[in-house]
Amino acid sequence: MANDKSSMQLITRGILSENPIFKLALSMCPAVGISTTVMNGFMLGIAVLFVQVFSSVTISTFKNVIHPRIRIPTYTLTIATWVTVIDLVLAAYLPEAYAKMGIFVKLIVAFAIITMRLEMFACKEPVKDSFWDGLGMGLGFMIGMMVIGFVRELLGSGAIFGFDVLGFKPLLFFILPSAGFFVVGLMMAFFNWIEVYYKRSKGLK
Amino acid sequence: MMMLVKIRYIVLAALFFVVAPLAAQAEGLIVDQTFSGKKEITVKLSGAVDRKVAENVGNYTVFEEADPDIILALGSATLGHDSKSVTLQFKAPLNTAKTHVVTAQGLAGIDKTTFKVSKSYLGYLFGIFISALLINNFVFTKYLGLCVFFGTSKKKSTAKGMGVVFTVVMVVSALMSWFFFNFILTPFNLNFLQIVVFIGLVSLTVQAVDTVLRKVNPILFNSFGVYLVLVIANCVIIAVPLILANNNYNIFETFMLALGAGGGFLLALYLMSSVSERLQLAKIPPTFKGLPIAFIVAGQFAMAFLGFSGLQLF
Repeated sequence: MANDKSSMQLITRGILSENPIFKLALSMCPAVGISTTVMNGFMLGIAVLFVQVFSSVTISTFKNVIHPRIRIPTYTLTIATWVTVIDLVLAAYLPEAYAKMGIFVKLIVAFAIITMRLEMFACKEPVKDSFWDGLGMGLGFMIGMMVIGFVRELLGSGAIFGFDVLGFKPLLFFILPSAGFFVVGLMMAFFNWIEVYYKRSKGLK
Repeated sequence: MMMLVKIRYIVLAALFFVVAPLAAQAEGLIVDQTFSGKKEITVKLSGAVDRKVAENVGNYTVFEEADPDIILALGSATLGHDSKSVTLQFKAPLNTAKTHVVTAQGLAGIDKTTFKVSKSYLGYLFGIFISALLINNFVFTKYLGLCVFFGTSKKKSTAKGMGVVFTVVMVVSALMSWFFFNFILTPFNLNFLQIVVFIGLVSLTVQAVDTVLRKVNPILFNSFGVYLVLVIANCVIIAVPLILANNNYNIFETFMLALGAGGGFLLALYLMSSVSERLQLAKIPPTFKGLPIAFIVAGQFAMAFLGFSGLQLF
């Protein structure tokens, strides 16, 4: 069934119809916690993308060796290994960005989205498809983080990627921690509204 | 006989060591000494002192008791209006959890005055607890465990059960992680294995609680057992060991942190569930139904918890 899916379909599915943040509502902690700027969202997105792709490929490669009863511990250890790798790499080469993300890089190990993709996809499908699926999911997460970061940075500090765009600060409230909840909630409502509107216009036809 | 003499000398020597620091404290010149801010130490004196001597930064040396080699840089020293209190301003924030030793030269004509500034340890432990519970609430200020938070805060009874299970697992796994971190990871220089070891320990703890509860109290297991599975893949639980490893907490501090974090999670779940029960009766626009409105309510809670940020008890 999934074999006839092209790589493009797998990627777009992760970004649009099954977007981890807005559609599946998984891994919300970083989406609220550190999405204060586009750059932060981008960096954590890269880290998650890396972990997702590599653990998907690893599990998919060894799927015939793993006994079904110990599959969950195996997933956890695989993810933990790849998280350790990206954690050390970021700490060594990008110490500034790493300091901003704080504990969240290490917490990728507990992100529900990665375990879920391994359980639902990578342990059944061939390596190549798992790679594309992981890439799609990772990209979907990254884009979601960047969109939230974009809204919060633009409204909070009037800048994008650290460059001053508006020249003034419209609502300082948006870079305060608690605004993360409001932005995510309002954006979810916005996407729901589009869906409802779309369905209604279709129904009228 | 010889033994008695020896014991007498030992007792005298011990007494000397106990009394000597008291004598060095210059007969009650210093009435009170406290940390008055992150960068400040305030010293109250029994009598007025010379302004010129008291405000000369060079007359003071301050260091942490644990490392006497590192002299902390002083920004300024100010004498109060009544000439009876000195405020020492530091250039960098102090670690107020540590005991600081201050030596002042020439104050009130006395050659050298040495005194220690420290917080009460119990107060400090309680401070960690309150901080994890309210000021740095794991859900509303640190944004951890949101999946479970939004998933299980529909009913009050569920929220209570979940919170209790979380607190128990958190305390047990944090204490275990502390032992592993201090006696295995640090001595063998295996700090890079933190994540792998901690997540393994958490899963083990959950499994252990599951087995024990099933045998010891089946009724409790029937009501709480469902949540145990959810606990494993949760960032709140794994965050506690990571934080204690980052801050080098000792066992008491670890216990207080885990207890505060668990209690904070319980509090957040309970608050949220009481609102959710009301929300079910409210008329909500269709686009906001479900998660969006829950997020907005959580945002309001987060704003309310922001009010705790100035809280400082000790």
